[in-house]
Amino acid sequence: MSSLFLLVPLGLLFLGVAIGAFVWAVRSGQFDDLEGPAHRILMDDDDPRIPGRKPDPREERRP
Amino acid sequence: MPDDAPRCFHCGLPIPEGSDYRVEIDGQERRMCCPGCEAVARAIVDGGLESYYRHRTATAPTARELVPEALKDLELYDQPQVQRSFVQAAESAHVKQASLILEGIVCAACVWLNERHVGALPGVIEFRINYSTHRATVKWDDSRIHLSDILRAISEIGYLAHPFDPGRQEALQKKEKAQALKRLAVAGLGAMQVMMVAVALYAGAFSGMEARMQTFFRWVSLVIATPVVLYSARPFFVSALRDLRRLRLGMDVPVALAIGGAYLASTWATLSGRGEIYFDSVTMFTFFLLAGRYLEMAARHKAGQAAEELVKLLPAMATRLTDRGEETVAVADLAPGDRVRVKPGETIPADGRVREGRSSVDESLLTGESLPVPRGPGERVVGGSVNVESPLVITIEKVGEETVLAAIQRLLDRAQSEKPRLAGLADRIAGVFVGVILLLAAGVWWFWWQHDSAEAGWIVLSMLVVTCPCALSLATPAALTAATGSLTRLGVLTTRGHALETLARTTHMVLDKTGTLTEGRLRLETVVPLGGQDETECLRLAAALERASEHPLGAALVKAAPAELPPVEAAVAEAGQGIEGTVGGRRIRIGQPGWVAAFSDSRVPDMQAGDVTEILLGDETGLLAVFRLRDRLRPGAREAIAALRRQGIVPLLYSGDSEAAVAAVARELGIADFCARMRPDDKLAGLRALQARGAVVAMVGDGVNDAPVLAGADVSLAMGTGTQLAQASADMILLSERLGNLPRAVRMARDCLRIIRQNLAWAVLYNAVALPLAAMGYVAPWMAAIGMSGSSLIVVVNALRLNRRYTGPATNPAPSAAGEPVS
Repeated sequence: MSSLFLLVPLGLLFLGVAIGAFVWAVRSGQFDDLEGPAHRILMDDDDPRIPGRKPDPREERRP
Repeated sequence: MPDDAPRCFHCGLPIPEGSDYRVEIDGQERRMCCPGCEAVARAIVDGGLESYYRHRTATAPTARELVPEALKDLELYDQPQVQRSFVQAAESAHVKQASLILEGIVCAACVWLNERHVGALPGVIEFRINYSTHRATVKWDDSRIHLSDILRAISEIGYLAHPFDPGRQEALQKKEKAQALKRLAVAGLGAMQVMMVAVALYAGAFSGMEARMQTFFRWVSLVIATPVVLYSARPFFVSALRDLRRLRLGMDVPVALAIGGAYLASTWATLSGRGEIYFDSVTMFTFFLLAGRYLEMAARHKAGQAAEELVKLLPAMATRLTDRGEETVAVADLAPGDRVRVKPGETIPADGRVREGRSSVDESLLTGESLPVPRGPGERVVGGSVNVESPLVITIEKVGEETVLAAIQRLLDRAQSEKPRLAGLADRIAGVFVGVILLLAAGVWWFWWQHDSAEAGWIVLSMLVVTCPCALSLATPAALTAATGSLTRLGVLTTRGHALETLARTTHMVLDKTGTLTEGRLRLETVVPLGGQDETECLRLAAALERASEHPLGAALVKAAPAELPPVEAAVAEAGQGIEGTVGGRRIRIGQPGWVAAFSDSRVPDMQAGDVTEILLGDETGLLAVFRLRDRLRPGAREAIAALRRQGIVPLLYSGDSEAAVAAVARELGIADFCARMRPDDKLAGLRALQARGAVVAMVGDGVNDAPVLAGADVSLAMGTGTQLAQASADMILLSERLGNLPRAVRMARDCLRIIRQNLAWAVLYNAVALPLAAMGYVAPWMAAIGMSGSSLIVVVNALRLNRRYTGPATNPAPSAAGEPVS
C-alpha cells in the first residue's frame, strides 16, 4: 500500500500537466471556433489530380 | 415558378431564356444564369478548387457582376488614413493584420474555398475564417500584396468582405470566455480527482483504513481542492462580496457561503486531524455551477457579437462632388455641407437633404416603413437608408454622432442600461434563506458556547454545511437549463438567463408589424385584367419591365411571374412613378396609377384603401391590368394571437407604418390596441407608460428601429430574420420564425417557473428538516453527505421533466405550401 505515497503525488503531477495543456489550448485559440474544424477535415485536397493540370501552387502548409 | 426550368449550377436561380453562359466543371458543361456566376465559377475552376462544388451543402449566393468602379473603390482600403481604423500592425514592419466580415458564407465548403483561394495569394501570410461567426482574420506582407488585392480576390469567387474594427467589446468577450473555460477545466479536473480520492476514503470508512493513509488522502484532497476554490470559485466570492456591499443577499451569497464554509471546515479538519472533510461536494458543486454559467455566457456572446454590425449599415466610402469633379472619400471624412452623389442601390452615407434628383428611398431598416418613400429636392434623407431608383445628389447636414443612426444606437445603449430587471424568484428566496440561516447559526453558536464551548465551532460549521444550499442554488439553473434546451429544439433561442422567468410573468405583449406579424416582403395577391389580355400575359409583361428594377414591388412581380419573359427594349425608369419600355413593339408603362393612366388619358380606376398596394399596367391605348400586392401575415399569426389572449396576455401592436395598414392588420388579428406611425422613441415611451402602470411587458420585433424598444422591455423576442442589432438586444430569438412558438414559449416559461417553485419548496423543506437536527448535533457526516446529494438529485430530476414533456407534442406545422426556391 505504501506505493500509493509515490503514485498519488505522481497522479497530481499529471493533473497539473493536464491543466497546463488545457490552458495552453485555450490561450492558443483552440476553442475559438468549435464548428469549423469538424467540417474542414472532410475537405482535404488529397484527391488525385486530374492529369494535365499544373500542380497546385501552394503545396506548403499554412502556418 | 415552375420547377422544370433549368437552374444555374452555381447559385440555383432559374436560367433566363435566351442566355447562354457555360463553364466546364469536373469535366461536365454546366450552365450559369448570368455573367457574374460564370466569372465566379471560372475563377474557382481555374484555381483548381472544383471540389467546392462536390462538398458544398447549399448553393452559392448569386454572384454580382464585377463592376470596374466597385473594384476601384476597394483601392481606397489601401490608404493609410482609411486603414487606421481597422488594421493592426503585426510583428514586423511590413506585416499587417485585419479582421474581415464575410458575406455569402452558407456552408463549410465556402470556408474551405475562401481559405484556399486567398491563402494561395503570394504575400498572404495567414487567412483564417471562423465558421461560427463568419469573421476572418488576414495577415499579409504589405510590401508584396495590398489589402485591396485580397478583397478583390474574395470578390472574384463571389463573396463580399468588409474590413471591420473588432473593437474592445470583442476582445473583452474573448478574454471572458477564455477565463471561464480555464476555470471550468480546473474545477472539472479537480472534481474528478477529489471524487476518486473520496471513493477511497468512503471505502476505507467501511472496511477499515490505516490512519496515516487516511490522513494522507485528506491532504491530497486538500491540495487538489485548494485551486478549485481559490481560482475556479472566485467569481462566486467576488459577486457575493459585491452583493453584501450593496446590502443585498443574492443567490451568490449562499453559494459563496457554502463553498467557503465547507472548504474552511474541511481544511480545519485536515489540519487538526479530526472532523469530516467535504472537498468532494465543494469541487463538484463549483463545477456544476460554473458549467451552467458557461453555457449561458456562450449563448449571450453569440447573440451579442452582431451588435457592431450596425456600423456596417453605413458604407465605408462616399462619392463627394467638388468643383474639380467627383472624388471617392471615406465616409468618416465627410463634413456637413459636402455634396455627395448616391447611385441607385447605394446606401446614403449620412443625414442630409436632397439637392438634385428624385428617387425612392428604402428606410425600412430604420423606420419599419415597408415601402420605399419618394424623396425629391429639399427633402430630408437619413443615413443608412438605401437609394432605390435613380441617382441623387445630397447635401450632407449631419455626420457621425449627430446622425439618426447614432441616435438610435445611443437610445439602445441607454435602454439597455436602464432595463428593468425583475428579481429572480430564487434570488429573493435566497436572501430570506441566508438571513435566516445566519441568524440561526449565531443563535446556535451562542447556545452551545454556554453549554459546551469546545464543540460550539464544530456544530455551527456542520450545520452550515448540512444546510448547504446546493438544492436551493441548483433549483433555478437546473430548470432553466432544461427549459432552454427544449425551447432551442423548438427554434427559440434564449440568450439571457432571466428571460424565461420574466416571460412567465408577462401581462402585455407588444408586437411590431412589418417583419414580425407580417413576412416583411410584398407578394402579389391578385391580378385584375382590364384590357383584352389575360392574367398570365399581363404578369409576363409587368415582370419583364420590372426585371431590372431594384424596387421591392418589382421584385414581387418578377417572383410571381413565369421564368421565361419577353425581351424589353429601351426601358426607362421614372423616379417615384414607374418604368416605361418597349415590349413586342409597343410602349408599355407600369407603376403609379396616375402616371400609367395619363399615358393613355384613361380614368384612374377605383383603388382599394388599407394595406394593399396597387400598381397599374397600361399602354398608349388603354389600361391592361391592376396588380394588388400586400405584405402577407405570417402563417399562424392569428392562432398565435388568440392563444396568447387565452393565456391572459394582452397583445398590442406598435408600428411605424401608416394608420390604414396597421389598422387592417390589427383588425384581421383581433388586436384592439394599436398605434401607428410610431418612431423608436414613441414606442419606448409607450412601453414605459405600460410599465409604469405595473405591467410586465414583452416586446416582439425585428428591425433596427425596434432595437431600443426590445432593450427596454422586461423581456424581448426578436425574429430570426430580423436585423442583427435587434437580435443582439433581445433576450430570446425566434429562429424558426413561427409565431406559434410565442404562446408555446410562454407556456414553457410558465411550466419552468412552476418547476422552479417546486424545487425551491423542496430545498426549503429539506433544509427545514436538516437544520434543527444538525443544530442539535444529531446529523452524522455521512447522513449529511447523502442528504445533500439526494436533495440535489431530486431537484435535477424534477427539472428534467420539462424536457420530456415538450419533445412529444411540439411538432412543427408543415412549412408553407408555396415552397421557396433555394437561393
